[in-house]
Amino acid sequence: MTSAIEFKDVSRVYGDVRAVNGVSLRIATGEFFAMLGPSGSGKTTCLRLIAGFEAPDSGAVLLDGQDVTSRPPYERDVNTVFQDYALFPHMSVLENVAYGLRVRKVAGAEQTRRAMEMLELVKLGALAQRRPSQLSGGQRQRVSLARALINKPRVLLLDEPLGALDLKLREEMQIELKNLQRQLGITFIFVTHDQGEALSMADRVAVFNQGRIEQLDTPRMLYTRPATSFVARFVGSANVAEGELARRLMGSAEPFAIRAENIRIALPGESQDDNVIRCNGKLLDVQYHGAMSRCQVQLDTGEIFAAAVSEHSGNGRFAPGCAVVLSWTASDAVQLRSEPAA
Amino acid sequence: MSRSALNRPSLGTRIGAFVGLAFLNVPVLVIILYAFTTDDRTYAFPLPGVTLRWFEAALARSDIWAAMRLSLSVAALATLLAMILGSLTALAMSRSRFWGKEAITFMLVLPIALPGIVTGLALLAAIKAARIDPGFWTIVVGHTTFCVVIVYNNFVARLRRMPQNWIEASMDLGADGFQTFRHIVLPHAATALLAGGMLAFALSFDEIIVTLFTAGHERTLPIWFFNELFRPRERPITNVVAVVVMIVTLIPILLAYYLTRPTEERS
Repeated sequence: MTSAIEFKDVSRVYGDVRAVNGVSLRIATGEFFAMLGPSGSGKTTCLRLIAGFEAPDSGAVLLDGQDVTSRPPYERDVNTVFQDYALFPHMSVLENVAYGLRVRKVAGAEQTRRAMEMLELVKLGALAQRRPSQLSGGQRQRVSLARALINKPRVLLLDEPLGALDLKLREEMQIELKNLQRQLGITFIFVTHDQGEALSMADRVAVFNQGRIEQLDTPRMLYTRPATSFVARFVGSANVAEGELARRLMGSAEPFAIRAENIRIALPGESQDDNVIRCNGKLLDVQYHGAMSRCQVQLDTGEIFAAAVSEHSGNGRFAPGCAVVLSWTASDAVQLRSEPAA
Repeated sequence: MSRSALNRPSLGTRIGAFVGLAFLNVPVLVIILYAFTTDDRTYAFPLPGVTLRWFEAALARSDIWAAMRLSLSVAALATLLAMILGSLTALAMSRSRFWGKEAITFMLVLPIALPGIVTGLALLAAIKAARIDPGFWTIVVGHTTFCVVIVYNNFVARLRRMPQNWIEASMDLGADGFQTFRHIVLPHAATALLAGGMLAFALSFDEIIVTLFTAGHERTLPIWFFNELFRPRERPITNVVAVVVMIVTLIPILLAYYLTRPTEERS
């Protein structure tokens, strides 16, 4: 089976920075795929390599099994929703959406009909004659989406599509994008630095760090079985123990991760259940998050761990400065791959 | 103290500003004033009388209109060439980064940065070396060298302010380079191109230094003025022509100003 997108050992170098460093990946047709990573990790460059705005210095980009590495953007069956939407200010909403048909010389009436159809799909039919400057951020986002979908691309690329929206709108758009993708059956690839967004929307996520993919997996696997300390920290906000600490706690120098909600926090002398791994520390701070509170604990060895306490387990007895005991079961600790030497 | 009181200029500043403006503009008023005098020898003040006779006399002088026609056609042609060359250069320079780009930018601006006398001399030497008879076309070429700079500077400044991702979005949606230029770049930068063209026109219309070197026996309007000053007959006629020239150059400059004034930020 051919993949919608395939990267074969792709690298892109700017000066002496390897923005993308030997990335290989396959994205299946119809998949909702996320590229997640901090800024400068290479995820946006990968998106631009698919769109054709950048050419790789080495390696090949395949679209539906065909090598498109040297094809310009206008000869690729891929469309992009830009981070700041990149709407054309001198055109109406309708003209913006119809642009892809106009440059392909589709007849005028057909252009209007199909552009209106797309606008209805994103629920903006009533605003067709407006200028982009007269729209709200959320509406511009939808116009940008309609404009990118009008040529019925095989793959839709979304660059931080929700980054500029406020929280409530962002949650609405997450659901809408997901529905749209199911409805159209188009491969969606979106870039984000927000792990919550990546985990909740994508079928699979590639976690980028320093131009490489650290791990490519389903959201559940990324969260429960991170492969590296970077993924454990970035995706799961997990505590990572390395070197001496790992040896002391687990008896092996291999790094491991333990998520905050799997750590039980108790006062000295209280029951530790059956948790076999324990360490003492001092409570630094408690952050209230509603259902859960997050406790920052400085271990006696100096590292800072976070432990989550649920609202109903009576966390009132913890005050900053008091001595606490952290404990967890061996099976909740996830073995990590040792970091390759940088 | 209120904010407006803080912003209000002092009396001294205001007087200074008026004196400065007067210094810049009174000579121009003098030119206009003496286009209407009845005295054809001196600049007597107050005017001994007011007349429109010099306008009539200017109208009857065919040498003025020949010079005017020549200057207008040179300016029009130089502007046209400059708009084509300047905009193409601006497109190339704003889109790509390459080795030696800074040097090329510098060489482009050189004709206007160098004293006109050097440009003129260089052109004359080149014309002689190529064994071309100086005349209409050599004036056009001479003027084009500095008109290109004006158009280029205007156009490239607008292109730099254009978000790069408009071009990417256009190409992403299937437009090739030419379609992107036509539908996206040109609508955004057309006013800058036009403004550059108008400034270039105004500059070419009254250019004299480079023209002196490249004109051969042709007489553009500025050269006509120059000759007239040494052989004064019916002196107020030069004032009349100056008034006409002022109007001819002022219109494109005002239009250029109007076209390039900052508009409200559009997203």
